[in-house]
Amino acid sequence: MLEALQYEFMRNALLAGLLAAVACGIVGVYVVVKKIVFISGGIAHASFGGIGLGYFLGINPVIGALFFSLTSGLAIGGITRKTRLPEDTAIGIIWAVGMALGIVFIALTPGYAPDLMSYLFGNILTVPFSDIFLMLALDAVIIGIVVALYNEYLILSFDEEYGIAIGMPIEKLYLLLLGMIALTVVVLIRVVGMILVIALLTFPATMARQFTHNMKKMMFLSVLFGFLFTVGGLWLSYVLKLPSGATIILLGGTVLAISFAVSRLRLKNNKIKQA
Amino acid sequence: MDELEIVRLEDVSVKYGEVKALEDVNLSIVQHDFLGIIGPNGGGKSTLLKVILGLVKPISGSVSIFGKPPEQARSQIGYVSQHPAFDRDFPASVWDVVMMGRYSNAGLFRRYSNEDRAAAEKALTQVDMLGYRENQIGRLSGGQQQRIFVARALVAAPKLLLLDEPTASIDTTMQTEFYELLEELKKSLTIVMVSHDIGAVSIYVDKIACLNGHLYYHGSKEITPEILEATYKCPVQLIAHGTVPHRVLKEH
Repeated sequence: MLEALQYEFMRNALLAGLLAAVACGIVGVYVVVKKIVFISGGIAHASFGGIGLGYFLGINPVIGALFFSLTSGLAIGGITRKTRLPEDTAIGIIWAVGMALGIVFIALTPGYAPDLMSYLFGNILTVPFSDIFLMLALDAVIIGIVVALYNEYLILSFDEEYGIAIGMPIEKLYLLLLGMIALTVVVLIRVVGMILVIALLTFPATMARQFTHNMKKMMFLSVLFGFLFTVGGLWLSYVLKLPSGATIILLGGTVLAISFAVSRLRLKNNKIKQA
Repeated sequence: MDELEIVRLEDVSVKYGEVKALEDVNLSIVQHDFLGIIGPNGGGKSTLLKVILGLVKPISGSVSIFGKPPEQARSQIGYVSQHPAFDRDFPASVWDVVMMGRYSNAGLFRRYSNEDRAAAEKALTQVDMLGYRENQIGRLSGGQQQRIFVARALVAAPKLLLLDEPTASIDTTMQTEFYELLEELKKSLTIVMVSHDIGAVSIYVDKIACLNGHLYYHGSKEITPEILEATYKCPVQLIAHGTVPHRVLKEH
Protein backbone atom coordinates (compact mmCIF):
# COMPACT_ATOMS: atom_id res chain seq x y z
CA MET A 1 0.00 0.00 0.00
CA LEU A 2 2.79 2.42 0.95
CA GLU A 3 4.56 2.08 -2.38
CA ALA A 4 1.19 2.68 -4.02
CA LEU A 5 1.11 6.11 -2.38
CA GLN A 6 3.78 7.41 -4.74
CA TYR A 7 1.09 7.51 -7.44
CA GLU A 8 -0.99 10.66 -7.51
CA PHE A 9 -4.17 8.71 -8.25
CA MET A 10 -3.63 6.70 -5.08
CA ARG A 11 -3.19 9.83 -2.98
CA ASN A 12 -6.34 11.26 -4.55
CA ALA A 13 -8.13 8.01 -3.82
CA LEU A 14 -7.20 8.17 -0.16
CA LEU A 15 -8.33 11.78 0.05
CA ALA A 16 -11.58 10.91 -1.70
CA GLY A 17 -12.11 8.06 0.76
CA LEU A 18 -11.62 10.39 3.71
CA LEU A 19 -13.96 13.04 2.32
CA ALA A 20 -16.57 10.39 1.53
CA ALA A 21 -16.26 9.02 5.07
CA VAL A 22 -16.95 12.44 6.59
CA ALA A 23 -20.13 13.00 4.57
CA CYS A 24 -21.54 9.48 4.85
CA GLY A 25 -20.51 9.16 8.48
CA ILE A 26 -22.37 12.26 9.61
CA VAL A 27 -25.42 12.18 7.35
CA GLY A 28 -25.62 8.38 7.61
CA VAL A 29 -26.37 8.72 11.33
CA TYR A 30 -29.51 10.74 10.52
CA VAL A 31 -30.44 8.37 7.70
CA VAL A 32 -30.19 5.37 10.02
CA VAL A 33 -31.84 6.77 13.15
CA LYS A 34 -34.61 8.48 11.19
CA LYS A 35 -35.09 5.34 9.07
CA ILE A 36 -34.95 7.06 5.72
CA VAL A 37 -32.52 4.69 4.01
CA PHE A 38 -34.81 4.19 1.05
CA ILE A 39 -35.48 7.88 0.58
CA SER A 40 -31.71 8.13 0.28
CA GLY A 41 -31.75 5.24 -2.19
CA GLY A 42 -34.36 7.07 -4.24
CA ILE A 43 -32.34 10.29 -4.24
CA ALA A 44 -29.17 8.40 -5.22
CA HIS A 45 -30.76 6.55 -8.12
CA ALA A 46 -32.63 9.59 -9.37
CA SER A 47 -29.30 11.40 -9.60
CA PHE A 48 -28.57 9.18 -12.62
CA GLY A 49 -30.79 11.58 -14.53
CA GLY A 50 -28.26 14.30 -13.74
CA ILE A 51 -25.35 12.19 -14.91
CA GLY A 52 -27.17 11.69 -18.22
CA LEU A 53 -27.87 15.42 -18.38
CA GLY A 54 -24.18 16.10 -17.79
CA TYR A 55 -23.21 13.94 -20.76
CA PHE A 56 -25.94 15.49 -22.89
CA LEU A 57 -24.88 19.08 -22.12
CA GLY A 58 -21.20 18.24 -22.17
CA ILE A 59 -20.64 19.41 -18.58
CA ASN A 60 -19.20 17.51 -15.60
CA PRO A 61 -21.78 14.77 -14.89
CA VAL A 62 -21.20 15.23 -11.15
CA ILE A 63 -22.61 18.77 -11.43
CA GLY A 64 -25.64 17.34 -13.23
CA ALA A 65 -25.97 14.76 -10.45
CA LEU A 66 -25.82 17.51 -7.81
CA PHE A 67 -28.70 19.31 -9.49
CA PHE A 68 -30.77 16.14 -9.90
CA SER A 69 -30.19 14.75 -6.42
CA LEU A 70 -31.18 18.04 -4.79
CA THR A 71 -34.29 18.30 -6.96
CA SER A 72 -35.31 14.70 -6.33
CA GLY A 73 -34.75 15.07 -2.58
CA LEU A 74 -37.02 18.11 -2.47
CA ALA A 75 -39.52 16.34 -4.74
CA ILE A 76 -39.77 13.26 -2.51
CA GLY A 77 -40.05 15.44 0.59
CA GLY A 78 -42.58 17.75 -1.03
CA ILE A 79 -44.74 14.95 -2.38
CA THR A 80 -44.90 13.07 0.94
CA ARG A 81 -45.59 16.14 3.05
CA LYS A 82 -47.99 17.94 0.74
CA THR A 83 -50.01 15.17 -0.91
CA ARG A 84 -51.70 12.03 0.29
CA LEU A 85 -49.30 9.79 -1.63
CA PRO A 86 -47.52 7.32 0.64
CA GLU A 87 -43.81 7.91 1.06
CA ASP A 88 -42.69 4.68 -0.59
CA THR A 89 -44.83 5.49 -3.63
CA ALA A 90 -43.16 8.89 -3.93
CA ILE A 91 -39.74 7.24 -3.62
CA GLY A 92 -40.60 4.71 -6.33
CA ILE A 93 -41.80 7.43 -8.71
CA ILE A 94 -38.81 9.72 -8.30
CA TRP A 95 -36.34 6.80 -8.34
CA ALA A 96 -37.66 5.45 -11.66
CA VAL A 97 -38.30 8.78 -13.40
CA GLY A 98 -34.80 10.01 -12.54
CA MET A 99 -33.16 6.89 -13.93
CA ALA A 100 -35.34 6.91 -17.05
CA LEU A 101 -34.38 10.53 -17.73
CA GLY A 102 -30.73 9.59 -17.43
CA ILE A 103 -31.09 6.78 -19.96
CA VAL A 104 -32.93 9.07 -22.40
CA PHE A 105 -30.30 11.82 -22.04
CA ILE A 106 -27.50 9.35 -22.68
CA ALA A 107 -29.34 7.91 -25.72
CA LEU A 108 -29.73 11.47 -27.06
CA THR A 109 -26.03 12.18 -26.59
CA PRO A 110 -24.10 11.42 -29.79
CA GLY A 111 -21.30 8.90 -29.47
CA TYR A 112 -20.35 6.65 -26.62
CA ALA A 113 -20.68 7.60 -22.92
CA PRO A 114 -17.20 7.12 -21.48
CA ASP A 115 -16.74 5.97 -17.87
CA LEU A 116 -20.49 5.65 -17.34
CA MET A 117 -19.75 2.54 -15.29
CA SER A 118 -17.65 4.52 -12.85
CA TYR A 119 -20.68 6.71 -11.99
CA LEU A 120 -22.89 3.67 -11.56
CA PHE A 121 -20.52 1.51 -9.54
CA GLY A 122 -17.84 3.97 -8.49
CA ASN A 123 -14.13 4.00 -9.06
CA ILE A 124 -12.23 5.66 -6.29
CA LEU A 125 -9.02 5.39 -8.37
CA THR A 126 -10.26 7.69 -11.11
CA VAL A 127 -11.52 10.59 -8.97
CA PRO A 128 -10.06 13.70 -10.60
CA PHE A 129 -8.63 16.44 -8.41
CA SER A 130 -11.37 18.87 -9.43
CA ASP A 131 -13.98 16.51 -7.99
CA ILE A 132 -12.02 16.23 -4.78
CA PHE A 133 -12.34 19.97 -4.49
CA LEU A 134 -16.11 19.70 -4.95
CA MET A 135 -16.28 16.92 -2.34
CA LEU A 136 -14.38 19.12 0.10
CA ALA A 137 -16.79 21.99 -0.45
CA LEU A 138 -19.85 19.76 0.01
CA ASP A 139 -18.37 18.26 3.19
CA ALA A 140 -17.87 21.78 4.53
CA VAL A 141 -21.51 22.64 3.82
CA ILE A 142 -22.73 19.46 5.56
CA ILE A 143 -20.54 20.00 8.63
CA GLY A 144 -21.64 23.63 8.82
CA ILE A 145 -25.33 22.71 8.77
CA VAL A 146 -24.95 19.92 11.33
CA VAL A 147 -22.93 22.07 13.73
CA ALA A 148 -25.44 24.91 13.44
CA LEU A 149 -28.55 22.76 13.75
CA TYR A 150 -27.41 19.84 15.92
CA ASN A 151 -30.08 20.38 18.58
CA GLU A 152 -32.80 20.86 15.99
CA TYR A 153 -31.90 17.64 14.19
CA LEU A 154 -31.73 15.70 17.45
CA ILE A 155 -35.34 16.70 18.14
CA LEU A 156 -36.38 16.11 14.52
CA SER A 157 -34.96 12.58 14.49
CA PHE A 158 -36.26 11.71 17.93
CA ASP A 159 -39.76 13.11 18.07
CA GLU A 160 -41.07 15.21 15.20
CA GLU A 161 -44.42 15.83 16.83
CA TYR A 162 -42.77 17.41 19.84
CA GLY A 163 -40.72 19.62 17.55
CA ILE A 164 -43.88 20.85 15.87
CA ALA A 165 -45.51 21.51 19.24
CA ILE A 166 -42.68 23.74 20.41
CA GLY A 167 -42.82 25.68 17.18
CA MET A 168 -39.80 24.31 15.30
CA PRO A 169 -39.99 24.65 11.48
CA ILE A 170 -39.96 20.86 11.11
CA GLU A 171 -40.88 20.77 7.43
CA LYS A 172 -38.09 23.10 6.37
CA LEU A 173 -35.59 21.27 8.53
CA TYR A 174 -36.69 17.96 7.02
CA LEU A 175 -36.28 19.27 3.49
CA LEU A 176 -32.84 20.59 4.42
CA LEU A 177 -31.98 17.11 5.74
CA LEU A 178 -33.00 15.62 2.41
CA GLY A 179 -30.82 18.29 0.81
CA MET A 180 -27.86 17.14 2.92
CA ILE A 181 -28.53 13.56 1.82
CA ALA A 182 -28.50 14.77 -1.77
CA LEU A 183 -25.11 16.44 -1.22
CA THR A 184 -23.80 13.27 0.39
CA VAL A 185 -24.94 11.22 -2.58
CA VAL A 186 -22.89 13.50 -4.81
CA VAL A 187 -19.85 13.19 -2.54
CA LEU A 188 -20.14 9.40 -2.65
CA ILE A 189 -20.93 8.95 -6.34
CA ARG A 190 -17.29 8.90 -7.46
CA VAL A 191 -16.26 6.57 -4.67
CA VAL A 192 -18.82 3.77 -4.64
CA GLY A 193 -21.18 4.77 -7.46
CA MET A 194 -24.81 5.85 -7.20
CA ILE A 195 -26.15 2.31 -7.01
CA LEU A 196 -24.06 1.48 -3.95
CA VAL A 197 -24.40 4.83 -2.16
CA ILE A 198 -26.96 3.60 0.36
CA ALA A 199 -24.44 1.05 1.63
CA LEU A 200 -22.04 3.77 2.76
CA LEU A 201 -24.95 5.74 4.24
CA THR A 202 -25.99 2.77 6.38
CA PHE A 203 -23.00 0.53 7.21
CA PRO A 204 -20.76 3.00 9.10
CA ALA A 205 -23.66 4.49 11.10
CA THR A 206 -25.02 1.05 11.95
CA MET A 207 -21.58 -0.09 13.11
CA ALA A 208 -21.19 3.05 15.22
CA ARG A 209 -24.59 2.61 16.83
CA GLN A 210 -23.47 -0.60 18.50
CA PHE A 211 -20.90 1.25 20.58
CA THR A 212 -22.64 4.38 21.85
CA HIS A 213 -25.97 5.99 22.60
CA ASN A 214 -24.65 9.50 22.17
CA MET A 215 -25.39 10.97 18.77
CA LYS A 216 -22.21 13.06 18.57
CA LYS A 217 -20.01 10.10 19.44
CA MET A 218 -22.00 8.03 16.99
CA MET A 219 -21.13 10.53 14.26
CA PHE A 220 -17.41 10.47 15.05
CA LEU A 221 -17.34 6.68 15.19
CA SER A 222 -19.37 6.49 12.01
CA VAL A 223 -16.87 8.72 10.16
CA LEU A 224 -14.09 6.49 11.49
CA PHE A 225 -15.77 3.31 10.27
CA GLY A 226 -16.52 4.95 6.94
CA PHE A 227 -12.83 5.76 6.57
CA LEU A 228 -11.80 2.22 7.54
CA PHE A 229 -14.19 0.79 4.98
CA THR A 230 -13.12 3.06 2.12
CA VAL A 231 -9.39 2.76 2.78
CA GLY A 232 -9.53 -0.94 3.63
CA GLY A 233 -11.67 -1.60 0.59
CA LEU A 234 -9.31 0.41 -1.59
CA TRP A 235 -6.35 -1.63 -0.33
CA LEU A 236 -8.19 -4.94 -0.83
CA SER A 237 -9.23 -3.97 -4.33
CA TYR A 238 -5.59 -3.06 -5.10
CA VAL A 239 -4.31 -6.38 -3.76
CA LEU A 240 -7.06 -8.58 -5.19
CA LYS A 241 -7.46 -6.61 -8.43
CA LEU A 242 -11.21 -6.15 -7.90
CA PRO A 243 -13.47 -3.14 -8.61
CA SER A 244 -12.95 -0.68 -5.73
CA GLY A 245 -16.58 0.45 -5.15
CA ALA A 246 -17.91 -3.07 -4.76
CA THR A 247 -14.94 -4.15 -2.65
CA ILE A 248 -15.55 -1.27 -0.22
CA ILE A 249 -19.18 -2.30 0.16
CA LEU A 250 -18.40 -6.00 0.59
CA LEU A 251 -15.78 -5.19 3.22
CA GLY A 252 -18.34 -3.06 5.09
CA GLY A 253 -20.97 -5.77 4.83
CA THR A 254 -18.56 -8.43 6.09
CA VAL A 255 -17.41 -6.35 9.06
CA LEU A 256 -21.02 -5.58 9.94
CA ALA A 257 -22.01 -9.25 9.74
CA ILE A 258 -19.07 -10.29 11.93
CA SER A 259 -19.81 -7.63 14.54
CA PHE A 260 -23.46 -8.70 14.71
CA ALA A 261 -22.42 -12.33 15.05
CA VAL A 262 -19.98 -11.46 17.84
CA SER A 263 -22.53 -9.45 19.81
CA ARG A 264 -25.08 -12.28 19.45
CA LEU A 265 -22.53 -14.80 20.74
CA ARG A 266 -21.77 -12.48 23.66
CA LEU A 267 -25.45 -12.23 24.51
CA LYS A 268 -25.72 -16.02 24.44
CA ASN A 269 -22.66 -16.44 26.63
CA ASN A 270 -24.01 -13.95 29.13
CA LYS A 271 -27.26 -15.87 29.29
CA ILE A 272 -25.43 -19.14 29.86
CA LYS A 273 -23.36 -17.53 32.61
CA GLN A 274 -26.45 -16.16 34.26
CA ALA A 275 -28.26 -19.53 34.09
CA MET B 1 -60.17 36.72 45.17
CA ASP B 2 -60.21 36.82 41.43
CA GLU B 3 -58.37 33.89 39.92
CA LEU B 4 -56.02 34.49 37.05
CA GLU B 5 -57.47 33.28 33.78
CA ILE B 6 -54.95 31.24 31.84
CA VAL B 7 -56.89 29.90 28.88
CA ARG B 8 -59.90 31.47 27.27
CA LEU B 9 -61.62 30.02 24.21
CA GLU B 10 -64.68 31.75 22.82
CA ASP B 11 -66.91 30.09 20.21
CA VAL B 12 -63.95 28.27 18.71
CA SER B 13 -64.61 26.09 15.68
CA VAL B 14 -62.03 24.03 13.81
CA LYS B 15 -62.47 22.26 10.49
CA TYR B 16 -60.19 19.74 8.80
CA GLY B 17 -61.27 20.00 5.18
CA GLU B 18 -65.00 19.40 5.34
CA VAL B 19 -64.93 17.68 8.73
CA LYS B 20 -65.69 19.74 11.79
CA ALA B 21 -63.37 18.82 14.66
CA LEU B 22 -64.51 21.43 17.15
CA GLU B 23 -67.77 23.35 17.19
CA ASP B 24 -68.41 26.52 19.15
CA VAL B 25 -66.17 25.54 22.02
CA ASN B 26 -66.13 27.83 25.02
CA LEU B 27 -63.62 27.15 27.73
CA SER B 28 -62.11 29.08 30.58
CA ILE B 29 -59.24 27.65 32.61
CA VAL B 30 -57.99 29.54 35.65
CA GLN B 31 -54.72 29.29 37.52
CA HIS B 32 -54.12 26.02 39.39
CA ASP B 33 -56.95 24.20 37.66
CA PHE B 34 -56.35 20.55 36.97
CA LEU B 35 -58.74 19.92 34.11
CA GLY B 36 -59.35 16.50 32.59
CA ILE B 37 -60.84 16.38 29.12
CA ILE B 38 -62.45 13.11 28.13
CA GLY B 39 -64.28 12.02 25.05
CA PRO B 40 -64.30 9.48 22.25
CA ASN B 41 -61.51 9.07 19.70
CA GLY B 42 -61.96 11.65 17.00
CA GLY B 43 -63.84 13.86 19.44
CA GLY B 44 -61.31 16.66 18.98
CA LYS B 45 -59.29 16.24 22.19
CA SER B 46 -55.87 16.52 20.55
CA THR B 47 -57.19 19.29 18.30
CA LEU B 48 -58.21 21.29 21.34
CA LEU B 49 -54.69 21.05 22.76
CA LYS B 50 -53.26 22.09 19.40
CA VAL B 51 -55.54 25.12 19.37
CA ILE B 52 -54.21 26.10 22.81
CA LEU B 53 -50.65 25.64 21.50
CA GLY B 54 -51.46 27.73 18.45
CA LEU B 55 -50.65 24.89 16.06
CA VAL B 56 -54.17 24.68 14.67
CA LYS B 57 -55.96 27.85 13.62
CA PRO B 58 -59.68 27.98 14.32
CA ILE B 59 -61.96 29.01 11.45
CA SER B 60 -63.91 31.15 13.87
CA GLY B 61 -63.85 32.25 17.48
CA SER B 62 -61.06 33.64 19.59
CA VAL B 63 -58.24 32.05 21.57
CA SER B 64 -56.39 33.81 24.32
CA ILE B 65 -53.64 32.19 26.43
CA PHE B 66 -52.29 34.25 29.33
CA GLY B 67 -54.20 37.07 27.67
CA LYS B 68 -52.08 36.74 24.51
CA PRO B 69 -52.40 35.01 21.14
CA PRO B 70 -51.29 31.37 21.53
CA GLU B 71 -48.12 31.73 19.43
CA GLN B 72 -46.79 34.33 21.85
CA ALA B 73 -47.70 32.26 24.88
CA ARG B 74 -46.06 29.07 23.69
CA SER B 75 -42.92 29.53 25.75
CA GLN B 76 -45.06 29.36 28.89
CA ILE B 77 -46.70 26.09 27.90
CA GLY B 78 -45.21 22.67 28.59
CA TYR B 79 -46.46 19.94 26.30
CA VAL B 80 -46.31 16.18 26.72
CA SER B 81 -47.38 14.49 23.51
CA GLN B 82 -48.82 11.03 23.11
CA HIS B 83 -46.06 8.53 23.69
CA PRO B 84 -43.71 8.97 20.73
CA ALA B 85 -42.89 5.84 18.77
CA PHE B 86 -39.11 6.13 18.78
CA ASP B 87 -36.59 3.35 18.44
CA ARG B 88 -35.36 1.58 21.59
CA ASP B 89 -31.86 2.01 20.20
CA PHE B 90 -32.20 5.73 19.52
CA PRO B 91 -28.88 7.38 20.37
CA ALA B 92 -30.04 9.79 23.07
CA SER B 93 -29.66 9.79 26.84
CA VAL B 94 -32.26 10.89 29.36
CA TRP B 95 -30.24 14.09 29.67
CA ASP B 96 -30.35 14.73 25.90
CA VAL B 97 -34.13 14.36 25.90
CA VAL B 98 -34.70 16.67 28.87
CA MET B 99 -32.42 19.29 27.31
CA MET B 100 -34.67 19.29 24.23
CA GLY B 101 -37.10 21.17 26.45
CA ARG B 102 -34.61 24.04 26.69
CA TYR B 103 -34.66 24.47 22.96
CA SER B 104 -35.68 28.05 22.48
CA ASN B 105 -36.04 30.45 19.63
CA ALA B 106 -32.47 31.59 20.14
CA GLY B 107 -31.73 29.59 17.01
CA LEU B 108 -28.50 28.89 15.17
CA PHE B 109 -25.34 27.73 16.92
CA ARG B 110 -27.06 27.87 20.26
CA ARG B 111 -25.21 26.01 22.99
CA TYR B 112 -26.74 25.04 26.30
CA SER B 113 -25.74 27.25 29.22
CA ASN B 114 -25.23 26.49 32.90
CA GLU B 115 -28.68 27.86 33.49
CA ASP B 116 -30.10 25.29 31.06
CA ARG B 117 -28.23 22.52 32.84
CA ALA B 118 -29.45 23.64 36.25
CA ALA B 119 -33.03 23.70 34.96
CA ALA B 120 -32.65 20.18 33.59
CA GLU B 121 -31.34 18.89 36.89
CA LYS B 122 -34.23 20.52 38.72
CA ALA B 123 -36.80 19.05 36.35
CA LEU B 124 -35.28 15.57 36.65
CA THR B 125 -35.35 15.88 40.43
CA GLN B 126 -39.01 16.91 40.27
CA VAL B 127 -39.93 13.69 38.47
CA ASP B 128 -37.52 11.71 40.66
CA MET B 129 -35.36 10.52 37.75
CA LEU B 130 -32.08 12.39 38.27
CA GLY B 131 -30.20 9.13 38.87
CA TYR B 132 -31.04 8.02 35.33
CA ARG B 133 -29.57 11.02 33.51
CA GLU B 134 -26.91 9.03 31.63
CA ASN B 135 -29.23 6.14 30.72
CA GLN B 136 -30.31 5.58 27.14
CA ILE B 137 -33.92 6.78 26.86
CA GLY B 138 -35.13 3.73 24.94
CA ARG B 139 -33.93 1.35 27.65
CA LEU B 140 -36.21 2.79 30.33
CA SER B 141 -39.65 1.39 31.06
CA GLY B 142 -42.71 3.09 29.57
CA GLY B 143 -43.56 4.73 32.89
CA GLN B 144 -40.04 6.03 33.40
CA GLN B 145 -39.98 7.38 29.85
CA GLN B 146 -43.23 9.21 30.50
CA ARG B 147 -41.63 10.86 33.56
CA ILE B 148 -38.75 11.98 31.37
CA PHE B 149 -41.18 13.50 28.89
CA VAL B 150 -42.86 15.36 31.73
CA ALA B 151 -39.42 16.58 32.83
CA ARG B 152 -38.78 17.75 29.27
CA ALA B 153 -41.99 19.79 29.48
CA LEU B 154 -41.14 21.15 32.97
CA VAL B 155 -37.60 22.18 32.13
CA ALA B 156 -38.73 25.35 30.39
CA ALA B 157 -40.53 26.39 33.62
CA PRO B 158 -44.00 26.50 32.08
CA LYS B 159 -47.07 27.86 33.83
CA LEU B 160 -49.44 25.61 31.91
CA LEU B 161 -48.88 21.90 31.32
CA LEU B 162 -50.73 20.10 28.53
CA LEU B 163 -50.79 16.31 28.58
CA ASP B 164 -52.09 14.34 25.62
CA GLU B 165 -53.09 10.80 26.62
CA PRO B 166 -50.11 10.56 28.96
CA THR B 167 -50.92 7.11 30.29
CA ALA B 168 -52.02 5.42 27.08
CA SER B 169 -48.98 3.21 26.75
CA ILE B 170 -47.98 2.47 30.34
CA ASP B 171 -49.21 -0.28 32.68
CA THR B 172 -51.61 0.25 35.56
CA THR B 173 -49.11 0.40 38.44
CA MET B 174 -47.03 2.91 36.54
CA GLN B 175 -50.17 4.91 35.83
CA THR B 176 -50.90 5.28 39.54
CA GLU B 177 -47.37 6.50 40.16
CA PHE B 178 -47.72 8.88 37.26
CA TYR B 179 -50.93 10.39 38.60
CA GLU B 180 -49.29 10.81 41.99
CA LEU B 181 -46.57 12.79 40.25
CA LEU B 182 -49.25 15.02 38.71
CA GLU B 183 -50.80 15.53 42.18
CA GLU B 184 -47.46 17.00 43.23
CA LEU B 185 -47.09 19.13 40.12
CA LYS B 186 -50.55 20.64 40.26
CA LYS B 187 -49.56 22.57 43.38
CA SER B 188 -47.47 24.88 41.25
CA LEU B 189 -48.96 24.47 37.78
CA THR B 190 -52.13 24.62 35.79
CA ILE B 191 -52.65 21.26 34.13
CA VAL B 192 -54.87 20.16 31.25
CA MET B 193 -54.93 16.44 30.62
CA VAL B 194 -56.64 14.75 27.70
CA SER B 195 -57.49 11.12 28.21
CA HIS B 196 -59.94 8.38 27.47
CA ASP B 197 -59.12 6.75 30.80
CA ILE B 198 -62.29 8.03 32.49
CA GLY B 199 -61.77 6.19 35.76
CA ALA B 200 -58.36 7.65 36.46
CA VAL B 201 -59.28 11.09 35.22
CA SER B 202 -62.20 11.32 37.62
CA ILE B 203 -60.06 10.41 40.62
CA TYR B 204 -57.18 12.77 40.09
CA VAL B 205 -58.42 15.82 38.25
CA ASP B 206 -60.33 18.67 39.85
CA LYS B 207 -62.58 19.44 36.92
CA ILE B 208 -63.85 17.39 34.02
CA ALA B 209 -64.91 18.44 30.57
CA CYS B 210 -66.37 16.15 27.93
CA LEU B 211 -65.52 16.71 24.32
CA ASN B 212 -67.19 15.28 21.29
CA GLY B 213 -66.99 18.09 18.78
CA HIS B 214 -68.93 20.14 21.31
CA LEU B 215 -67.47 20.75 24.73
CA TYR B 216 -69.56 20.05 27.81
CA TYR B 217 -68.07 21.76 30.80
CA HIS B 218 -69.64 23.18 33.88
CA GLY B 219 -66.67 24.32 35.92
CA SER B 220 -65.89 22.44 39.08
CA LYS B 221 -69.42 21.28 39.83
CA GLU B 222 -68.98 17.74 38.69
CA ILE B 223 -66.35 16.83 41.17
CA THR B 224 -68.65 16.46 44.21
CA PRO B 225 -68.38 13.04 45.93
CA GLU B 226 -71.83 12.04 44.72
CA ILE B 227 -70.86 12.57 41.13
CA LEU B 228 -67.55 10.86 41.65
CA GLU B 229 -69.46 7.85 42.88
CA ALA B 230 -71.89 8.08 40.05
CA THR B 231 -69.00 8.21 37.62
CA TYR B 232 -67.93 4.80 38.68
CA LYS B 233 -71.32 3.20 38.75
CA CYS B 234 -72.58 4.61 35.55
CA PRO B 235 -70.36 7.11 33.81
CA VAL B 236 -72.84 7.61 30.95
CA GLN B 237 -75.26 9.43 33.20
CA LEU B 238 -72.57 11.79 34.33
CA ILE B 239 -71.08 12.83 31.08
CA ALA B 240 -73.67 12.46 28.37
CA HIS B 241 -75.11 15.92 28.82
CA GLY B 242 -75.42 16.63 25.16
CA THR B 243 -77.56 15.24 22.42
CA VAL B 244 -74.62 13.31 21.00
CA PRO B 245 -74.20 9.98 22.77
CA HIS B 246 -70.70 9.10 23.95
CA ARG B 247 -69.56 6.08 22.08
CA VAL B 248 -66.66 5.31 24.39
CA LEU B 249 -68.94 3.96 27.05
CA LYS B 250 -71.14 0.91 27.07
CA GLU B 251 -74.74 1.10 28.18
CA HIS B 252 -75.28 -0.23 31.71
